[in-house]
Amino acid sequence: MTDLPNAFALQRNALWERLGLASLIMPALLLIIITMLVPVCWLFYLSVLSDAGNFSLEHYQRMWEQPSYGRTFVNTFKVSLLTTGICILLGYPLAYFLSELPQRVANLCMVAVLLPLWTSLLVRTYAWLVLLQRKGLINNWGIELGMWDEPLALVHNLTGTLIGMVHVMLPFLVLPLYSAMRAIDRNYLRAAANLGAGPLRSFWLVFFPLALPGLSAGVLIVFILCLGFYVTPAVLGGGKVIMVSSRIANDIEIFFNWGAASALGVVLLLLTALLIFGAMRLTRVGSVLSDRAAS
Amino acid sequence: MSWLQNPATETQITHRARLWLYATSVLVMVFLVIPTLLVIPMSFSASQYLEFPPREWSLRWYASYFSSTSWMDATATSLKAGLLTALLSTPLATMAAYGLHVSRLRHANLLLMLLLTPMVVPVILIGIGVFYAYVKLKLVNSMLGLVLAHSMLAIPVVMLVVSSALKTFDMDQELVARSLGASRLKAFWLVTLPQIKFSVVTGAVLAFLTSFDEIIVSLFVSGGPNSTLTRNMFNALRDQVDPTIAAISTLIVLVTTILLVITQYVGRSK
Amino acid sequence: MARNSSLPITISQVTKTYGKVFALDHVDLHIKSSEFLTLLGPSGSGKTTLLTVLAGFTRPDGGSLKFGDTEMITVPPHKREVGMVFQNYALFPHMTVAANVAFPLKLRGVVGAESARRVERALEMVRLGGYGARGVDQLSGGQRQRVALARAMVFEPRIMLMDEPLSALDKQLREHMQIELRQLHEQLGMTTVYVTHDQREALTMSDRIAVIQGGRIMQLDTPRAIYERPANRFVAEFIGESTFVPVNVSSGHLLLAGQPLQTAEPLPADGQRLLMLRPERLRVLADGEDPGPGFNLLAATLAATVYQGDSSLLQVALPDGTRLHVRSASIGAATPTEPGRALRLALAVQDTVLLPPDGAAT
Repeated sequence: MTDLPNAFALQRNALWERLGLASLIMPALLLIIITMLVPVCWLFYLSVLSDAGNFSLEHYQRMWEQPSYGRTFVNTFKVSLLTTGICILLGYPLAYFLSELPQRVANLCMVAVLLPLWTSLLVRTYAWLVLLQRKGLINNWGIELGMWDEPLALVHNLTGTLIGMVHVMLPFLVLPLYSAMRAIDRNYLRAAANLGAGPLRSFWLVFFPLALPGLSAGVLIVFILCLGFYVTPAVLGGGKVIMVSSRIANDIEIFFNWGAASALGVVLLLLTALLIFGAMRLTRVGSVLSDRAAS
Repeated sequence: MSWLQNPATETQITHRARLWLYATSVLVMVFLVIPTLLVIPMSFSASQYLEFPPREWSLRWYASYFSSTSWMDATATSLKAGLLTALLSTPLATMAAYGLHVSRLRHANLLLMLLLTPMVVPVILIGIGVFYAYVKLKLVNSMLGLVLAHSMLAIPVVMLVVSSALKTFDMDQELVARSLGASRLKAFWLVTLPQIKFSVVTGAVLAFLTSFDEIIVSLFVSGGPNSTLTRNMFNALRDQVDPTIAAISTLIVLVTTILLVITQYVGRSK
Repeated sequence: MARNSSLPITISQVTKTYGKVFALDHVDLHIKSSEFLTLLGPSGSGKTTLLTVLAGFTRPDGGSLKFGDTEMITVPPHKREVGMVFQNYALFPHMTVAANVAFPLKLRGVVGAESARRVERALEMVRLGGYGARGVDQLSGGQRQRVALARAMVFEPRIMLMDEPLSALDKQLREHMQIELRQLHEQLGMTTVYVTHDQREALTMSDRIAVIQGGRIMQLDTPRAIYERPANRFVAEFIGESTFVPVNVSSGHLLLAGQPLQTAEPLPADGQRLLMLRPERLRVLADGEDPGPGFNLLAATLAATVYQGDSSLLQVALPDGTRLHVRSASIGAATPTEPGRALRLALAVQDTVLLPPDGAAT
């Protein structure tokens, strides 16, 4: 094509234009690369550095050998699974209820869901501390009303952690689920009823599958957030609920053990990446499977 | 109560049969909202011990907050960091969102994902990573280091808001403006920006809040004279429950709500 | 407004590829000063691409573009001084009508009373005088289109580009606007390049039409020439209705179903051709009627008649089985309707047009 008149000048202009657009994107990109990618890569590097300073996999080996690390991971998964499960139990009915309301009422109620999201995490965590302490509000009321005699241990343990985490994570589940449910054409349910399906069957066979993408998205977000969560378990767990994030923080703050901390961090990051890719693959596979089943 | 007998759905379930659904939903909504709201009356309690409703009302915890040098310094630091973060990240993210939207780069999607990674990587990792880098660069406990890190966290947020505004914007208007004699920059400034103004402002507010509420990175990276409000609050929560925190919390909730209401109001008036 | 000075446009070897696909294939086109030229073609033909190359929004791979004597191909859009009207109007919703129209003036440093005067004059030209204070959302579709027009004209460009500006309007409004646009063009006289896929619109408004397909110009001619002497089957099919009958030219004679036909143009070389028959050019002769010299006579049998209000469509068959359509206006003698009836059709010699066979361009 270079035999055409003005071809060279046009190509040069095209290049300038692309450079101009790149320069719009560059500053933000550079900031992120320098303040995030470089440090994280540095961590990867640290994780394979022995305490003496040469290449070694001893940190990973320690993780594999010492049972406490295994317990930490098991604990993290346990808490994350429990949190996700409770969120589903509480969030699914709520999302369904909201999706049935007329739009304006639903928008108003959504404020209730969004408000905790935008309130500072510390404020929310503090609020639960106030409620759940031995001398906290719930215990005070319970004893006053004679429901129990001894103050219940509601915080600085797994219970408190779960309550706090569910409170934080619930909006993240409800939002995508609600929008998926809202988008479901109610005519499908009418058609199902018309064809003879009772309320339970039409829910299970029609509504649930149609809402599934929203549920999957919410579950994925919540689970991944739980895995790496620090603040709430640290405060409401009282040192008894050790998750991976707390372990990492302790390794740095108390033991100055960069190698161990970064190795843990790398594993956490890889787990997160695996989950995300797995979910992306599954949803594509899932849709293919359902197409096959239908044909 | 006769409406209980009325059908609620296409499948003819009555309201009465679905009462459990209504009850559960309301309870869950209460669960979501009440704890945060409880903090507010607590902050006016005269007593050092937790009680609800407070037997005596007092502003002593607010006084304690405003008269404490360390709390005031921390608040100033957080406000300053928030403002600077908004000032830095909003133009950067808006430019990037616009650049990605307008260019027909083959790798636009890849770049977008790259720009969104701070949202996906676990914050604890970012925290220790940045801490380590800052130790080497001597940026620990500095405002500059804090603002850079917070901006990195805020950029994805602003980008998402501005990108979605650009997607619903009719880019033909920019083309027309250019045909009428406006350069690309003038067309953006005179035609596009005034119409996505609302989203840019919302992005800036969210950037501010992202920085103001940020806990983990601040925990590692801010300290000494540049300790943020969140860092001090976090440490206070782990040590003992000082009711001053209730006062601070109430103020935070107030400021956040006002900011968000303002952005909503600005948008509505368009 | 006095007649603007206008510029001729010379397009030379303009090519645009996307991968292996030629959106524009070495296009050569000269548009005369003050001409109203329509680029006509189906979607994907390249007509819009050519227009955006003229505007400067699409960067071609190569070629030359001259407005008058000035090479413009590397000039950015905002320096080209062309007025452009888009299909979706693209008015600025955050400005009033007056501010919209004043926009190009403001960019050129014209403000204040002078600007207000020119804005009002432009609005009056499109019959929206006094609408300046209104907001864009208070206007109907047709009114918005006119504001877009005023905005594109107010800085007196010497070239105007229009990309299917009327396709979003309903039929009646569209036909009304076609006439108005044509009148504005007569009044102001700037060179206008108009893109459309609607052949009727092209025939109504243009001084010349360029029929485009596959990034190439199939034919560049006046509306009448394009309709009556299409260069090939594509152009003939795109404009008006026709039936195509394969015929043979041998030793200087043209035969259709054994009957010799006369043509106005000299016959081409021996070989296969297509005879283009437009339904409205075939006339059913009354019994015993003699059309006189200058007409070819065809014998046919009526298969069916479809009444269509202003005319009827007759499906007929020639003796050798070739099927034709004949359009008969619902006026004068009654249209025959009995299937099987023998008909005599008259085809003017000027309307006996031969096209290259399928697959050939000329």
